[in-house]
Amino acid sequence: MIEVASIKRGIVIDHITAGKGLLIFNKLNLASLGYPVVLLMNVPSGRMGKKDIIKIENFVDVDTAMLGLIDSSITVNVIESEHVTNKVRVSIPQDVKGLFTCSNPRCVTNTDSYVMPSFRLHDKKSCSYSCEYCEEITRVNLA
Amino acid sequence: MFFMKNLQGRHLISPNDLSLEEIRAIIELAHDMKRNRSKYSTLCQGQILATLFYEPSTRTKLSFESAMLRMGGSILGFSDANTSAVAKGESIADTIRVLGSYADIAVMRHPREGAPKLASEFSAIPLINGGDGGHQHPTQTLTDLLTIDTYRQRLDGLSVAFCGDLKYGRTVHSLIETLARYQGCKFYLVSPEELVLPLRQKEHLVKKYGSEIIECRRMEEALPHLDILYMTRIQKERFFNEADYLRLKNSFILDAEKMKLAKSDMIVMHPLPRVNEISYEVDRDPRAVYFPQAELGVYVRMALMAHLLGVSK
Repeated sequence: MIEVASIKRGIVIDHITAGKGLLIFNKLNLASLGYPVVLLMNVPSGRMGKKDIIKIENFVDVDTAMLGLIDSSITVNVIESEHVTNKVRVSIPQDVKGLFTCSNPRCVTNTDSYVMPSFRLHDKKSCSYSCEYCEEITRVNLA
Repeated sequence: MFFMKNLQGRHLISPNDLSLEEIRAIIELAHDMKRNRSKYSTLCQGQILATLFYEPSTRTKLSFESAMLRMGGSILGFSDANTSAVAKGESIADTIRVLGSYADIAVMRHPREGAPKLASEFSAIPLINGGDGGHQHPTQTLTDLLTIDTYRQRLDGLSVAFCGDLKYGRTVHSLIETLARYQGCKFYLVSPEELVLPLRQKEHLVKKYGSEIIECRRMEEALPHLDILYMTRIQKERFFNEADYLRLKNSFILDAEKMKLAKSDMIVMHPLPRVNEISYEVDRDPRAVYFPQAELGVYVRMALMAHLLGVSK
């Protein structure tokens, strides 16, 4: 078993479905941070069988809406003095701005670049969202 | 007595922006404006309507202009994006910001779906959606509701058939969604397979409003049961290719023979312009109300603008 030391101060993105860790690592652009970051893959987990974990040795803004869209099983832990001071369980967000584009080619958000595409959750099961502008349904797949 | 204070200063992007009570207030004022037109001839004196038409329109544009002129107001605007600052690359946001200082109320038609909603976010004056692509056309819906209320004296408990292009026809999408909000309306959908109402909207109507929907491939199946037959044309501009348009444009033509199957008090509506989906012989049938419907469009737009401007007599 590979041992990774606990972090003193920073963020731990835990309970990532095995195989999605690298995607999240890239989506959060963690390679450009300049802080120590560890991506652990296929870690044994009592609850999940296997899971991925990302540890970041510093505080960074983590887009929990985006994490929720990729994997709603994730928990984000804030670590201070080696203790968890806040734990956030991400979920599929109700409202999303700018994370994906509208699937309707006639939608104004696809031509007027100054508009932030905005969506409201339409169906949690299929992870589909209704465009705030044209009301077309877009199925989200950030993978 | 017909004015609702809370409509003042609001935008109208979708019929869902209006409560049923607000729709009733607009319809009642429109009825009164039709009965007593001269009473309202100076209601909007000093008010200016901006018409921002990014794609061609005859009926909607002219009826808005007529509505404002009949209330003593003035109009300005453009009817072709190629002859305005838009041709120089001006954004929707900038156009509406500027026009907002030239006028008191605006109507926008745009081929891009969601464009009026976007414009409303930058507009200092009430903005009315005059049609955005295949999406919404709320003032056509209000026109249709006023027509139904005029001829059937109610908006609930009606059996309504929508015939023709139900896939791309925005007037159908807007009207069916609004009628579904009234109690007990039953919908017959008559269209070729290629132009059926989008599944998403059908599911939404059933799930949200518990609407009763009956799909037919032939008009004759629905005709004997109807209070209202709503005809639509097959819209060329919504097709991506000419061949599909030519193949489907002659589907579902209403003629005098078919009208024999309908109830004596059924009404035939059409948002106009028609192509050939209603034979000219039907025009002589008293049940054909599509021309009075177009006239009612002026009164309902007068009533709407009066409410949004907050002008009162």
